Amino acid sequence: MKALVAVKRVVDYNVKVRAKADGSDVELNNVKMAINPFCEIAVEEAVRLKEAGTVSEVVVVSVGEKSSQEQIRTALALGADRGIHVEVEGRPEPLEIAKLLKGVVDKEQPQLVILGKQSIDGDNNQTGQMLGALANMGQGTFASEIKVDGDSLQVIREVDGGLQTLKLTLPAIVTTDLRLNEPRYASLPNIMKAKKKPLEVTNPAELGVEVKSHVTQLGVAPPPERAAGIKVEDVAQLVDKLKNEAKVIS
Amino acid sequence: MTALTETQLMVVATAEALAQRFGPEYWREHDENEAYPEAFINALCESGFFGVTVPEALGGSGQGLSDLVLVMEALCRGGGGGGPALGYLFGLLGTMTLVHAAESEHQQDELKALAAGERLCAFALSEPDAGTNSFNISTTAIEREDDFIINGAKWFITNLQHSQRLLLVTQTQRAGSTESCGLSLFLVNLPNEALTFTPTPKHGFNYYKSNQLFIDDLVVPKSALIGELGKGFASLAPTLNAERLLVAAGAVGTARLALRAAVTYAKDRVVFRAPIGSHQAIQHPLAGAHAKLEAAWLMIAEAAALDDAGTNPERAAGMANMAKYVAVEAAIETCYQSLQTYGGAGYAREYHQERWWREVQLFRLAPLTQQMTLNFIGQHVLGLPKSY
Repeated sequence: MKALVAVKRVVDYNVKVRAKADGSDVELNNVKMAINPFCEIAVEEAVRLKEAGTVSEVVVVSVGEKSSQEQIRTALALGADRGIHVEVEGRPEPLEIAKLLKGVVDKEQPQLVILGKQSIDGDNNQTGQMLGALANMGQGTFASEIKVDGDSLQVIREVDGGLQTLKLTLPAIVTTDLRLNEPRYASLPNIMKAKKKPLEVTNPAELGVEVKSHVTQLGVAPPPERAAGIKVEDVAQLVDKLKNEAKVIS
Repeated sequence: MTALTETQLMVVATAEALAQRFGPEYWREHDENEAYPEAFINALCESGFFGVTVPEALGGSGQGLSDLVLVMEALCRGGGGGGPALGYLFGLLGTMTLVHAAESEHQQDELKALAAGERLCAFALSEPDAGTNSFNISTTAIEREDDFIINGAKWFITNLQHSQRLLLVTQTQRAGSTESCGLSLFLVNLPNEALTFTPTPKHGFNYYKSNQLFIDDLVVPKSALIGELGKGFASLAPTLNAERLLVAAGAVGTARLALRAAVTYAKDRVVFRAPIGSHQAIQHPLAGAHAKLEAAWLMIAEAAALDDAGTNPERAAGMANMAKYVAVEAAIETCYQSLQTYGGAGYAREYHQERWWREVQLFRLAPLTQQMTLNFIGQHVLGLPKSY
């Protein structure tokens, strides 16, 4: 069984994100980039399934600029078998990515597609669901546990107030939640091996997909700086201010 | 060092990520409790860090000293300070020597196990009466018909308590001779009844026990000999050169961590009206230290590249000594100024600066003193007469 895993290049989670001075976008110059943490969990899950003998091949795909190949290499160092880079300029929106991934799914015919539930840059939480609809596959989102059982897949989902267990018919789509697994660190010998693993570069035209943006980013602004507080004289004044100025109590 | 390869960037990122899992608090606790950092060393083993220079065919990464110094610097800068440096270094020395000298299938298998992190190898060269003069060691292996018998004593032998192998350096007497025919290397299994050791209490690095080692009638088979009988120094020389650069890289990594903490503190700390980092008495020493660290780092990179190229061993050795000297001076100045930035708080263990200060002192003494590096530079780089 073949597993396809999508990974996205995002600003490293340790970096404090800043807006550009002109407010046009987030500052990405000289900023450390990494695999989106939820995508890393997706890679780990696929590699574990391979180690358990359930999956025979792990293919990792990334849609983005040329630099996204760094994240594909990282995924290969974590244990994926080969990579596909769908080269596009700029930052495609979730629907464009989902359409491109659908193109890759058509070509690769994976039984299982694993994605992060969302990326920590856009926080859209849309790509997996859109891909499910486009590819006409069942989906188990926010997965905290998955188990392949013959030609079906059991997915335990983290939902508000508890867990939901689904049974999906393969091929199926899974999006990962934080508790699905704890990703490993790439070992140094595996980083060396990753250099020699195949990485195919393709583009929207080759996949027969037309990408068209529907969303324009108008501006990016940091949250307002927190203003200094004041000292109140007594409890009565505090209650008065909470009631009449802050209007948080009545 | 401006243009690292994609692979080097991944290696550095992996080392940083590993180091971040074991932050300053981890090392403070282990130093205070004199506890071995087992989880950290195990993580190094599992991720193949001891096999960086071991050929890929033997399960290593097949990389050079240029890559190894990057790893060392990142491990120290990433959160550990000096802590990772010593544990990593002492696990590397034996393995690196075997890379040059392992010949038989058995020895290659030993190397495989070390590269895979299944075993750790300690390293025993220093002796109480030999100091930097390695040719003057007195531990002696006497050749017999089927084996060798070894007697002697060693000093400052680290991590014997947690290693499964020991690379032992001895004088050698051929069967029937009472003259030494030179140094030889032996790979010895640990623990071993013929080896007894006691830790030497010391100034810093209390995570690792450095031991006095007594060797009484240690009998090893002929297969334990690494490389040629009496020609051990040739196998050892590349390791000793690399050791200087690894210590230099560890010193720079430790100092960068201390400096980063001091800069953060200086931005935050307000005693009068403005953050103390705005005062030039604080700012200039940190800026100067940073500039010197950058210069030292470039020298380390150059020395490592020369070592990897292997085309000019004399220049490589000169540069390694100069890089070690400059890096350690810069690191000591940085740790001094970083601690000073904290004022009285610098003396408190919770801010880590006092620990990094203690750790960086070792690097001016080991693997050789700053004075011995100057002797080397004076004699071999400048061509001045030898004074000792």
